[in-house]
Amino acid sequence: MQKITREQLIDQASELLANGTVSTVLGWGAGEFGYDVTPTLFKTAEEMQNGFVFNDFCGANFSKYLVSKTKTLEGKLLVFLKPCDTYSFNQLLTEHRFDREKVYVVGIPCEGMADIAKVKEISGEGISSIASDGDRIVVTTLYADAPVKIDARNVLAERCIHCKSKKHVAYDTLLGEEGDVVASARFDEVTRLESMTPDERFAFWQNELSKCIRCNACRDACPACTCETCVFDNPKSGVENKSPSNSFEEQMFHIIRAFHVAGRCTDCGECARVCPQNIPLHLLNRKFIKDINTFYGEYQAGAEVGSRSPLTDYTTEDLEPSEIFVGRNEHA
Amino acid sequence: MQVTEYKPLIVAFCCNWCSYAGADLAGNNRLAYPADVKIIRVPCSCRVNPTFILRAFQRGADGVIICGCHPGDCHYTSGNYYTRRRMATLFSMLDFLGIERERTRVEWVSAAEGAKFAATMNEFAQKVAALGENKRLEDLRCKK
Repeated sequence: MQKITREQLIDQASELLANGTVSTVLGWGAGEFGYDVTPTLFKTAEEMQNGFVFNDFCGANFSKYLVSKTKTLEGKLLVFLKPCDTYSFNQLLTEHRFDREKVYVVGIPCEGMADIAKVKEISGEGISSIASDGDRIVVTTLYADAPVKIDARNVLAERCIHCKSKKHVAYDTLLGEEGDVVASARFDEVTRLESMTPDERFAFWQNELSKCIRCNACRDACPACTCETCVFDNPKSGVENKSPSNSFEEQMFHIIRAFHVAGRCTDCGECARVCPQNIPLHLLNRKFIKDINTFYGEYQAGAEVGSRSPLTDYTTEDLEPSEIFVGRNEHA
Repeated sequence: MQVTEYKPLIVAFCCNWCSYAGADLAGNNRLAYPADVKIIRVPCSCRVNPTFILRAFQRGADGVIICGCHPGDCHYTSGNYYTRRRMATLFSMLDFLGIERERTRVEWVSAAEGAKFAATMNEFAQKVAALGENKRLEDLRCKK
């Protein structure tokens, strides 16, 4: 389904490795299965020929890796960024989390990535091989006689269905064609929840959040969560447990997590992508984005380097906290 | 069996420069406000981290109110403007999760407004009492 091929990416990276522009490449490496693509560092073109992959499961946002990788690395690091990843890239630059001079960004177009959970719903478990064939994903499983062909558009990840931008906001070299900011319906689900009664909303979130196993994957993958010491690792925080002991802890964890990235979240959707329990965590972030847009004017984190997050800013005419529910769809 | 009347536990974060002095004035003027309001003094209303509010609910508070200087009167020039944005987004999120919106509140009380402080606390305590115990954000481990 992707318009750009693995070979094009390898050629581009090999050229930059050969002429000494970059010393290392951060790319997608083959995992144990065809779909669990793993972020990997490549030092040579040969290594890339052997281990580099690019397919419909290359969803990982590499921006966060730059924080730790550029610290110790000699020379420049080449990184492949999809349009949504470039927003996180800019946001991290805004927060001075890494040195721009140590990174060489190759912007790559993205046609939307697939969600393996959705693929498995159609193909069943026991996937032995997975490949792309034009617009389709061909899945061979241990239990089916013939390979299952799935239309890639039917298994798009949630965040890709509501893709907000095909435009790269940061790059050194761009492969393929530059896209544009897309009008998306990403706030529709938030609006739907807002129109429920508080009891329904509470039931909805209790149902979702009680699935949480506190693996902290949402925090670990989030490009906005780059504190070296995290509040959730503090044994005195009251929410440090590795498994939630009751419903309060689940809620508290998720409220704090979402609030810590409020105003800085670029809505890249990594939190929901990595969640092993498929909790729609991006809805919490989108709620904050929607509120910030409504209360303080449209703001897209990461759209430009150096922009000021609305929560670290103010005007004297801001809305009072008592006024936020005025005119809202009332059920309470 | 003795039946005790339900009394809500309310945590009030008061800024040192205005609202805490306002509470003091209310006391000096012998203005009554519920004894269930527990005041926590903070240097500025913007010192109140959203986790403080969640923490108060965890420890059994039924309502949390944040009091600070009127916008424009902050001792540190702009602290309460940040509070205003922060609390607006936090309260909206709590409402989104289905937590009763009457359990949280921000009120600006100056050092001269002892009467306003007492009236605000009376009104807030009444509203919270009407809601009853905080069941949705309680932590059973913290129950005595």
